[in-house]
Amino acid sequence: MTNHWIDLKNADVILIMGSNAAENHPISFKWVTEAQKNGATLINVDPRFTRTSSKADIYASLRSGTDIAFLGGMIKYILDNKLYHEEYMLNYTNASFIVGKGFGFKDGLFTGYDEKKRGYDQSQWAFEMDDKGVPKKDPTLKNPRCVLNLLKKHYERYTTKLVSSVTGTPEADLLKVYKAYGATGKPDKAATIMYAMGWTQHTVGVQNIRSMCMIQLLLGNMGVAGGGVNALRGESNVQGSTDHGLLFHILPGYLPTPSASIPSLAVYNEKNTPKSNDPRSANWWQNRPKYVVSLLKSYFGDKATAENEFGYGWLPKLDDGKAYSWLDIFDTMYNGKIRGFFSWGQNPACSGANSNKTRQAMAKLDWMVNVNLFDNETGSFWRGPGMNPAEIKTEVFMLPACVSVEKEGSISNSGRWMQWRYEGPKPMGNSRPDGDIILELGLRLKELYAGGGAFPDAILNLKWDYLTNHKYDPHKVAKEINGYWLVDKKIGDVTYKAGSLVAPGFALLQADGSTSCGNWVYCGSYTDKGNMSARRGQEDAPNNIGLYPTFAWAWPVNRRIIYNRASCDPKGQPYNPNRWVVKWDAEGKKWVGDVPDGPWPPPQNPDGSPNEAGRYAFIMTKEGFGQIYGPGLKDGPFPEHYEPLECPIEKNLVNGQRMSPVAPVYGTDADAHMTCDPRFPYVGTTYRVSEHWQSGLMTRPQPWLLELQPQMFVEMSEELAAMRGIKNGERVLVASARGEVKCTAIVTKRFKPFKIGGAVIHEVGIPWHFGWRWPESGEEESANLLTPSTGDPNTRIPESKAFMVNVTKL
Amino acid sequence: MAKAFFIDTTLCTACRACQVACKQWHDLPAEETKNLGTHQNPPDLSFNTYKLVRMNEKVIDGQLRWLFFPEQCRHCIEAPCLEALGDPGAIYQDPDTGAILYTRQTRQADADAIIESCPYHIPRKGPDGSVSKCDMCNDRVHNGLLPACVQACPTGAMNFGERDAMLEMANKRLEVVKAKYPQALLLDPDTVSVIYLVAFPPENYHEFAIASREPSGVTRHMALRKMVRPFAAALSHLG
Repeated sequence: MTNHWIDLKNADVILIMGSNAAENHPISFKWVTEAQKNGATLINVDPRFTRTSSKADIYASLRSGTDIAFLGGMIKYILDNKLYHEEYMLNYTNASFIVGKGFGFKDGLFTGYDEKKRGYDQSQWAFEMDDKGVPKKDPTLKNPRCVLNLLKKHYERYTTKLVSSVTGTPEADLLKVYKAYGATGKPDKAATIMYAMGWTQHTVGVQNIRSMCMIQLLLGNMGVAGGGVNALRGESNVQGSTDHGLLFHILPGYLPTPSASIPSLAVYNEKNTPKSNDPRSANWWQNRPKYVVSLLKSYFGDKATAENEFGYGWLPKLDDGKAYSWLDIFDTMYNGKIRGFFSWGQNPACSGANSNKTRQAMAKLDWMVNVNLFDNETGSFWRGPGMNPAEIKTEVFMLPACVSVEKEGSISNSGRWMQWRYEGPKPMGNSRPDGDIILELGLRLKELYAGGGAFPDAILNLKWDYLTNHKYDPHKVAKEINGYWLVDKKIGDVTYKAGSLVAPGFALLQADGSTSCGNWVYCGSYTDKGNMSARRGQEDAPNNIGLYPTFAWAWPVNRRIIYNRASCDPKGQPYNPNRWVVKWDAEGKKWVGDVPDGPWPPPQNPDGSPNEAGRYAFIMTKEGFGQIYGPGLKDGPFPEHYEPLECPIEKNLVNGQRMSPVAPVYGTDADAHMTCDPRFPYVGTTYRVSEHWQSGLMTRPQPWLLELQPQMFVEMSEELAAMRGIKNGERVLVASARGEVKCTAIVTKRFKPFKIGGAVIHEVGIPWHFGWRWPESGEEESANLLTPSTGDPNTRIPESKAFMVNVTKL
Repeated sequence: MAKAFFIDTTLCTACRACQVACKQWHDLPAEETKNLGTHQNPPDLSFNTYKLVRMNEKVIDGQLRWLFFPEQCRHCIEAPCLEALGDPGAIYQDPDTGAILYTRQTRQADADAIIESCPYHIPRKGPDGSVSKCDMCNDRVHNGLLPACVQACPTGAMNFGERDAMLEMANKRLEVVKAKYPQALLLDPDTVSVIYLVAFPPENYHEFAIASREPSGVTRHMALRKMVRPFAAALSHLG
């Protein structure tokens, strides 16, 4: 979230699209409800009428996988009707930038496409530079190659008529949504978006979200109270795990994982540190070398020296051009090239796309360690449906982890709030906190590598000193994440003592090895004043918009709404004085309100003259501007509609490419996919329900929750049910090219057939919380037996939200 | 001073936290259910289910509505079940909270008469012949806690407090809701301690959402006669 949960109450319009907040983030509805009580309009766009839709002022349906068409139509509507916030757009976005002549778009392909590599040469999309190396701008917005005009050209194809024929949304409903949302382009209006896996789990997942970012920038909704782009994370600590480098392509703090072709720290820094020639761009990532060195010092302690590049050589490296995502790991495992596997706090036999492939892949392992609260479909995969235990060599070890309330530590919620939690009851039996397990694992590995092995340095040189009284100490880890001064250092008038915690924040981190920091975005979270995340202050900030700055701690530097300087005009005065986030106190020469995005003054003096000390508002981009044109993604600088890997129509109605030309496609015999195949005529999608959580491991064995949602179900329209002779409550078989699942039919008015390109297309939906281990019948299976192994080219998240199925009576 | 619930169905998202919280506080066993082609489950109130969120899909004025009705005992101000049984050892009203409470002695009573007397079709008979229903979490209330269902509600659909405060809240909210839903109304606000606000005519939510206007059995008829007594006087001194 750029904003945070409480801030939802400040919105004039809330769009819930790609999420089902009432069911899957029920507490968020406390704030959605409050906004509605204040007069906000709630819009919900979803293939199916959900519990969220039941509370919406405007509901619109769409076929799964067509969000870019829907949002592209909204961009066109905003541009056609000049609903954008022009001053904001000019001052804070790259709308006026001139794009170089290398950029072009034809037949669904951007320039620079290489069919063999299924990839683009992104350098062709660069901005045109002036002689100082700063992007050229046209503030009159007349240049045909300025971003705004290229945007207009790109989306002129997205007429409501075309959009409606792609999405299946009635044109009148499209217009209702566009009108209500577009009305927030006024300086004193704000709209927010709440999205989740309904947007991410697509071959165009990142571009779905990009489309919305562009809309928010056009309307001036970034950085303001009640605005932003807000991802509702699927677990209480998904935000924290992402911050701390859970994904293969990033180290903690969003530092790129080095690849094998980057031989030294110097080359790594050269390649990954953006340079801006514009003195008024803060270009915050120019500080990256400080964060990398401080991280290496945190990993390797005294062993990390300037002479050995602070241990850069000991970091694991990616092979160039190779991905190591979930999909890729299980593809490699399926091909027999992975011998051992730690399944930690997860249940891939149910939770991953194409679960049959995942389950088969695990049978090719020598060993697997399952760290979880209980045994699950993963730990017991060898005795699951269709498996012959006698033929499976995989040795499975179960390590019982204790439950979250039995241990101390922090979680970071969707709003970036790091919140400390205390141990409640003691861990049950011989279960242990994850921290204890991984710490001991590391210590044992060190012992083993002390006797030699392949490349022992990377393990032996790890500092790994988080024990207190022979036990894992979460406070030691939290302080390590915050960072320490390692030598006495004088900066300005202040001398920082070796051994003290770095405070107030990451602006003090150094690239010379004098600081350590386990994650620069968390620098300032645990200081000599104490554990900031344990604070429980109840007082609001002076702007009274629900920031509660002394409750817990938010990264970065306790900023509650990021990009907040864009909530003000160029003189630093709020566009909406009634819901201001920050404002410039010209006399005191400081910002007041939320923690601002940097201390610099606003770009203009009170008399309107430019202030050379001022910096642009979007400090994390190289140029300092919000990116309506985004040249950094693998699939193009503007979002474009592509059909999912499996879809119901032969031809993309918007362009000449049926599916994303750069989405990964896997080739094993378990990766069958079928488009426009009469055997699988219906669109399928997956989702969650309020009553179960994730793969259901913690909820399916809980009788009170199983009472509410006892069985796998499939929701379908009355029209489809009548056509297939299916009665409400009857058991049916849902099948895809990859598997089949028995379900109870819920025949409902809440699903309606779509009119797509003149044809009637049906869609059905299934929850993904079930698995054969529980309930005891073994009959309720995972929806992921049906989902395909493909995903987004940028993140490689699987496309679990749009695929093709059949439904038959059992 | 008597207590009351105000249940604003226009804010209910059917997350069913109330339903689970009720089972948890009362330590009631889960029923072995099946999916019957609806998300509503268990299908009805039972001896072990005091609180149930009813879910109905209705097309009203051409628009699809998914209506949620978190149902429970209304704790009638003059309760027909109490009157019908006439045995304060089995059914009595807590003078402090207004809760209508069933004891284990309902086992010796005429369960069917109790059940038949209720215009809202709430009480249910157990295998041993005793009768059960929502008890307003009377134990919690006496200890300064909210009823479990209210405590668990994330949106403010479930509210609990002094009767006059709840009535005031209900009437204020009704005025607001009417702007959007002109047919909105409070259900039997003068005669019950669980006051529902609904956006559409009550029959869309549940057959027994309001006390039946056309009672059938003699017992119910008798009960109704007592219920429709004017309450204006009683209410006026509540202040």
